[in-house]
Amino acid sequence: MSTEAQIVTEQIEDSPGVAPAAVPEAKGMCIIVTKGSLDWAYPPFILATTAAAMGLPVTMFFTFYGLPLLLKKLNLQMTTAGNPAMKMPMFGAHIGLPNIMTAIPGVDAACSKMMKNMMSGKGVATIEELRDSAVEAEVRMIACQMTMDLFEYSLDEMIEGPELGGAATYVEAASKAHINLFI
Amino acid sequence: MADVTLDAKGLNCPLPILKARKALKEVPAGGTLEILSTDPGSVADFEAFCRQTGNDLMETTTEDSVYRFLIKRTAA
Repeated sequence: MSTEAQIVTEQIEDSPGVAPAAVPEAKGMCIIVTKGSLDWAYPPFILATTAAAMGLPVTMFFTFYGLPLLLKKLNLQMTTAGNPAMKMPMFGAHIGLPNIMTAIPGVDAACSKMMKNMMSGKGVATIEELRDSAVEAEVRMIACQMTMDLFEYSLDEMIEGPELGGAATYVEAASKAHINLFI
Repeated sequence: MADVTLDAKGLNCPLPILKARKALKEVPAGGTLEILSTDPGSVADFEAFCRQTGNDLMETTTEDSVYRFLIKRTAA
């Protein structure tokens, strides 16, 4: 037991008839999820599920392009344009894609397929698996109401579990979390 | 002999940790969970996991590129 918790317990024991003081809350993690491409969907779900597995209460706030990560059916794609750091292991080297090629129809789809094959070959979880884990671990998911209106989504299209909220809902959750991430 | 064994070989971060968390729930208090992993990152990760959750990492061994962790369930 931490010293702080001990003091609280002692106070409770020493003051009969007095309402018990609040026990210090567990450290929490709060993540703003703003990106919905295949590669960018990983960091928030990996960190949320891991933090939940380590006993932290976790909140994920899905906004802008992160919001569609809550749709029942996902078909996530890589975004190759403007991503010069994306170098894939090929022919014994790491090969990047010149920006001009990223405009060719089918290049994003081919890269996405390649990435998904690489991931399954290397035992990397799919986003669907990680999302199921997050739901199972009772990660709190907030769907940004403004983004729902803006991009015309409804909760019916989303997986079971997310609640609706706005900036104030996020700020309240974030103010209680020790780890706050914007991804 | 551990109470529960988890074969996490071939799985990558964070799956060994997520599956260990689940498997740990099947372990009686004071019992042990054995995890087999091929992810080199899991060595540091299981140390951190145990420190954070208050469980006891009793053994870490390596044999033929397979890491074996023995965790005693000392927390919820």
